Amino acid sequence: MTQVDFYVLLPLIILVTWACALLLVDLFIPKERKWLTALLAALGLALTLGFSLSQLGLENTGFKEMVVVDGFSVFVNALLLLSGLLSVALAYGYLKRMGIERGEYYTLMLFSISGMMLMAQAADLIIVFLALELLSLPLYVLSAFARPRADSEESGLKYFLLGAFSSGFVLYGIALVYGATAATSLTGIVAAASNGPLTGSGNTLLLTIGAALILVGLGFKVAAVPFHMWTPDVYQGAPTAVTAFMAAGAKIAGFAALLRVFATAFPSIAADMTPVLQAISALTMIVGNLIAISQTDIKRMLAYSSIAHAGYILMAFVPYGNPEVAPVSVAAGLFYLVAYALTSFGAWSVVIAVEQKEGKGLAISDYAGLGRKYPALAAAMTIFMLSLTGFPPTLGLVGKFYLFRAVIAGGFIPLAIIGMVTSLVSAYYYLRVVVTMYMQDGEPETEREFWLGLTTAGTALVIVIVSLVPQGLFTWASEAVLRLF
Amino acid sequence: MEFLLQPLTLVTFFPLLGVLVLLILPGENKSLMRWTALVTSLVTFGISLWVLGMFNPSNPNLQLVAKYSWIQVAGWNIQYHMGVDGLSILLLLLTTFLTPISILSTWTAVEERVRDFMVFFLLLEVGMTGVFLAQDLFLFYIFWEFTLVPMYFLIGIWGGPRRIYAAIKFFLYTMAGSILMLLAILWLGIEGGTFSVPELIAAGGIPADIQFWLFLAFTAAFAIKVPMWPLHSWLPDAHVEAPTAGSVILAGVLLKMGTYGFLRFNIPLFPQAALQLAPWVALFATIGILYGAAVSYAQADVKKLVAYSSVSHLGFVMLGMFALNSQGMQGAILQMVNHGLSTGALFLLVGMIYEQTHTREIKVYGGLWKITPIFGSVMLIVALSSMGLPGLNGFVGEFTILLGAWGAGMPGGAFESFGGVWWAGLSALGVIMAAIYILFMFQRMFLGPEGSIVGETRQHGHGLRDLNWREILTILPLLIFIFWIGLYPKPFFDLMGPTVDNLVAALQTAKLAMP
Repeated sequence: MTQVDFYVLLPLIILVTWACALLLVDLFIPKERKWLTALLAALGLALTLGFSLSQLGLENTGFKEMVVVDGFSVFVNALLLLSGLLSVALAYGYLKRMGIERGEYYTLMLFSISGMMLMAQAADLIIVFLALELLSLPLYVLSAFARPRADSEESGLKYFLLGAFSSGFVLYGIALVYGATAATSLTGIVAAASNGPLTGSGNTLLLTIGAALILVGLGFKVAAVPFHMWTPDVYQGAPTAVTAFMAAGAKIAGFAALLRVFATAFPSIAADMTPVLQAISALTMIVGNLIAISQTDIKRMLAYSSIAHAGYILMAFVPYGNPEVAPVSVAAGLFYLVAYALTSFGAWSVVIAVEQKEGKGLAISDYAGLGRKYPALAAAMTIFMLSLTGFPPTLGLVGKFYLFRAVIAGGFIPLAIIGMVTSLVSAYYYLRVVVTMYMQDGEPETEREFWLGLTTAGTALVIVIVSLVPQGLFTWASEAVLRLF
Repeated sequence: MEFLLQPLTLVTFFPLLGVLVLLILPGENKSLMRWTALVTSLVTFGISLWVLGMFNPSNPNLQLVAKYSWIQVAGWNIQYHMGVDGLSILLLLLTTFLTPISILSTWTAVEERVRDFMVFFLLLEVGMTGVFLAQDLFLFYIFWEFTLVPMYFLIGIWGGPRRIYAAIKFFLYTMAGSILMLLAILWLGIEGGTFSVPELIAAGGIPADIQFWLFLAFTAAFAIKVPMWPLHSWLPDAHVEAPTAGSVILAGVLLKMGTYGFLRFNIPLFPQAALQLAPWVALFATIGILYGAAVSYAQADVKKLVAYSSVSHLGFVMLGMFALNSQGMQGAILQMVNHGLSTGALFLLVGMIYEQTHTREIKVYGGLWKITPIFGSVMLIVALSSMGLPGLNGFVGEFTILLGAWGAGMPGGAFESFGGVWWAGLSALGVIMAAIYILFMFQRMFLGPEGSIVGETRQHGHGLRDLNWREILTILPLLIFIFWIGLYPKPFFDLMGPTVDNLVAALQTAKLAMP
């Protein structure tokens, strides 16, 4: 172990240490001053963000090629840490209001983010699995955090059972890949695939099945159809602040791992995997958007919307085997992840503002009259809905434009058409929220909390402004390339 | 600063200043908000006149160009690229001209949420102006889609009883068309390496079979917006439910975005496909003319009648445009303006009477001319203009279009392969039908014995009043142009002539290159 090894993982090390320390410090923070824990957690995230950004331009591996730092991982880490900060801002008032303010919340979140960051940096399938568990276990607990509320407990248990099941898939996939290539590191897999022991058709088949199983396991994490069944129930039952964190964080991490593993280790079986990815992506967009139409609960609606968006992001994977298009599509995928994460946080922040105790204020009809009574909040929600639909002037449109361009450049025009038609379908249910807010009368109640309001206003402004001057984000995303082994 | 002071940037985004002022205005002083919006839109109109002053009509190319690099990543080259030429100058003026008129028409009609109304209205103006000036496909697409949002709110919040249905239908219908256009835009951007329209036109070289599909993809977006038969079914709903000012802008400007799109993108970018498909466009245009006119005749609701007459009038615009000769195209552009003026005025007048009676049923009216003589006379002028009476604007446009369409039916013309002079001949029937439904409507509402609504309003108060000064002021500018274009259209043709001739010449070149 050398200094370089540690430097590669520096942000992660800082965050994990901070989380452990916070766990201890929290014991000494009295119950009525839990804001201190939130502040400390945010501080830790901000500090890590600083260190993470200091790695910009760095490209190296560490711990015998177990982990890697490159433009891609720095980009994803920054996005994850930003999500963490937003999650703290959302949770702070919400936990207090719902009477579930406990210090462990923030510690668990920090651990989960550590897992997500490790996922983005993993260069070995074993690390991928470790990271997956590290990100998932705290999430299971967080989902059940509102105990003894039955639906929260149900949500946690459901997530845990299905999550364990999917971890099994990943592990089995890794085993098969190891059987085919005698390696778990991405370098080893690439080398084995290009050097020859795979010439036997049996081994290639084994590798393909292994890759497919990994896809199933990670597809579960990002909520791709047909592995999405848990999503609506878990999203609905979990405390809303957790849902917001899950919807963005878990998805970013899952996609980061998928992108890295597939683009670096499995290009040799792209011919087999591309049709599969294409089918999953199309199915996810179609199913997610169609079922979302009939939802009356805002949390379930957003859950299906998050499934649908997993489908859009999956489109970026489809051309992964084409070396000319792959860098563009990776950049497009990252850009879209940013757009989605910001919009999703914004939308959830509005949900939290309208939500009342005992699960009231969660029906879409509870938003009636919001446009008249709280014009700023409704305007922000309109921006988020437009961004999710992919309408100007929002980041969602620019992201979709970039994404569709990559897909068309890769030659997958039918997939692009499916994506566009499902966007049209999605306009219907996103607009329904707008219709309810502005065109129906009602007396909605909302909570005014400083950090929550700041999140709503901040994300809304960023979504509009960055969509008008997106050059910086474009450049960063296009430079966030994967290190190829 | 240099960026903001470009005349075209200024004319597009100036209304945002009004939006900002409206948002920070404290209190609920409605008349202050109305004045803010009106002054903003008047200043915008002033800026557009300044643009007109700098515009050189004899130059066929884009003028007053503002061009800045916007997004540049590998393989992307998106520019902020605005420009105006003979195809768009009149539509720019039409937009900035109709907006203050519409705002003036809401003075007493909109009493609820005035601030929001004005904000959406000014945002709509930004979007519309941008559509007519953008010369980069990405920029154009952003403006194009953006116009949907404020219009959706205008219909959905301030509309009639079925406003939500109409708003969603309007939104989804239009978005459905844009999706295919987006696909084509992306394809062009990937293949051409740029989204700049002039550069793409100059590069040319798109194979004829691909032109065909791209043409159809763009057509999906524009034909819904125009709307061409059989994609028009959103229009009557949107018009009937929209508030008066919304209807005026919808008919006056938003529909023109569709016809303008054909002229700006379809024809110059895909000239061979345009030549190949011109007779088919003419077929649908002619059906639209006759169908729109026939359905108008059968309407019991006067606003619906005007809405369907739009389908018929825009059929003429499409027919003239796809005659692909100078006369047809010039007539089409002029007819776009004419339709904006006449139909805009019709919607204004319908709105003015609706404000008093709250009904649009034709059969409850009757004998209005005697009771409200100014209103009746203005209505007569506008109605005659709409049906194309010589001496008024509609005649000039329709006559030129029919001349162009006739020419296109001759050997060597665009309609030669299919239909020929039949399109011009059948469309001429539409002019007669327009006279029938318009005059029939006028007769039932304004002549004959007093209708039931007249007595009802007397029972409830002092009866129907004639137009007041504000209303006359609202409608007067439209009347001036109705006469001006009708009597002396030359200045208007001069503005577009060179650009249209250039386009026709490019089409001739493309035709020679065809197998």
